[in-house]
Amino acid sequence: MTSPYVLTVNGTDRTVEDAWLGESLLYVLRERLGLPGSKAGCEQGECGSCSVELDGELVCSCLVLSASAVGTRIVTVEGLQPERGEFTDVQQAFVDEGAVKCGFCTPGLIMAVHDLLDRRPEPSDLEVREAISGNLCRCTGYGRVFAAVEAAVAIRRAGSGVEATT
Amino acid sequence: MDVTLPTTVDEAVSARADAPDAVLLAGGTDLMVAVNAGWLNPTAVIALRSVAELGQWRVDGDQLVVGAGVTYERMLREGLAASSPGLADAARTVGSPQIRSAGTIGGNLGTASPAGDTLPVLVALGAMVELAGPDGRRSLPMQEFTTGPKRTALAPGEMITAVRVPVASGPQQYRKVGVRNAMVIAVASVAVVLDGDRRSVGVGLGSVGPVPLAAPEAAVFAADAVDWSAGGPVLHEVDAAVRFGELVAAASSPIDDHRSSAAYRRLAIGVLAERCLRTACAPAVGEDAA
Repeated sequence: MTSPYVLTVNGTDRTVEDAWLGESLLYVLRERLGLPGSKAGCEQGECGSCSVELDGELVCSCLVLSASAVGTRIVTVEGLQPERGEFTDVQQAFVDEGAVKCGFCTPGLIMAVHDLLDRRPEPSDLEVREAISGNLCRCTGYGRVFAAVEAAVAIRRAGSGVEATT
Repeated sequence: MDVTLPTTVDEAVSARADAPDAVLLAGGTDLMVAVNAGWLNPTAVIALRSVAELGQWRVDGDQLVVGAGVTYERMLREGLAASSPGLADAARTVGSPQIRSAGTIGGNLGTASPAGDTLPVLVALGAMVELAGPDGRRSLPMQEFTTGPKRTALAPGEMITAVRVPVASGPQQYRKVGVRNAMVIAVASVAVVLDGDRRSVGVGLGSVGPVPLAAPEAAVFAADAVDWSAGGPVLHEVDAAVRFGELVAAASSPIDDHRSSAAYRRLAIGVLAERCLRTACAPAVGEDAA
């Protein structure tokens, strides 16, 4: 159909073949590269469920034209885990604090909180609210999410590193 | 669909000449919404991500030149915020962190929504919009660039390369109202820029007219009302900020639509303008700090 292109996803070069060039990065990640962690919610940049890092910047993958992301470094929620089945400190904090209900928004929130804590290890309440203002959650009311961020900050402060255990 | 990734402005302009129907893609926060929804199925896309010139900003004497590809997030960082606190204020109100990492000042101009958050600041600053096209480069005053809702003076095949504004020499304020703090399109917005070097005031209004508006009468009134002889601008007249708000409201031309009523917009724009001027100036004599 069209010429193939290569995306660098979670440190690996992945070839995208036979794809319509108008596809969003979100669609390509989920439907062509077998990475369904990024969720398709609104597909207009409002809900944050598809958040990924592109060259170190947190973006909505639904608003990235996949074929234009050639040559960038893409990190998805799958790429945060050192090993499949293990949790990052932020993911562990979300589990411990009950910040997951239906779970649909969780991968996007995990990406947003990693982005925040990598830049601001000790964020204020307002900074946390601003950092997750683009991630809609209709279940938790955000109370448990704030508790999880606090717990993740505490985990990092205690120096237990990226691979927190249960 | 073809996707082209030029690396220079010249390449982008000639790619456009080769494919006149091609659409330009910057941050994607407007274009990809339309593509995802099926409203738009472009035959060709010229993605500007790799055009190095567009991603740069520099201070050129007393002018600040911001490349069209500079994102809202970068307007908040890197000393850009120090050179243009008004643009930084406006950028901070755009969308969410995810949107601010992607959306660009050139995209805000190209989309030319009456609610575009950087546009009132550019009006208040008297910005020049720099363009490149098949006939070379030119620049247009901000108020000649926007010609109607989502309409611009861009000629066929032309693209935005940068905006040029004065480096801040006084307080700059941007305020907006919407239904919440994040992820919101302005119901009314105002930029007020105090230029200590020229002892002048610039005003720009968003979402209260078909294009971002200036408020020249209000701006001249404020420049006269402000005492420039102290270290920073000071308002001595207690009622000056209120009168300024009234003049700004009078300069607005709002309509009723699905986001708000004209009456509320006219009220809000005056209150916002008054607050901007009060905050930009030290509290007036005999006035409680508020």
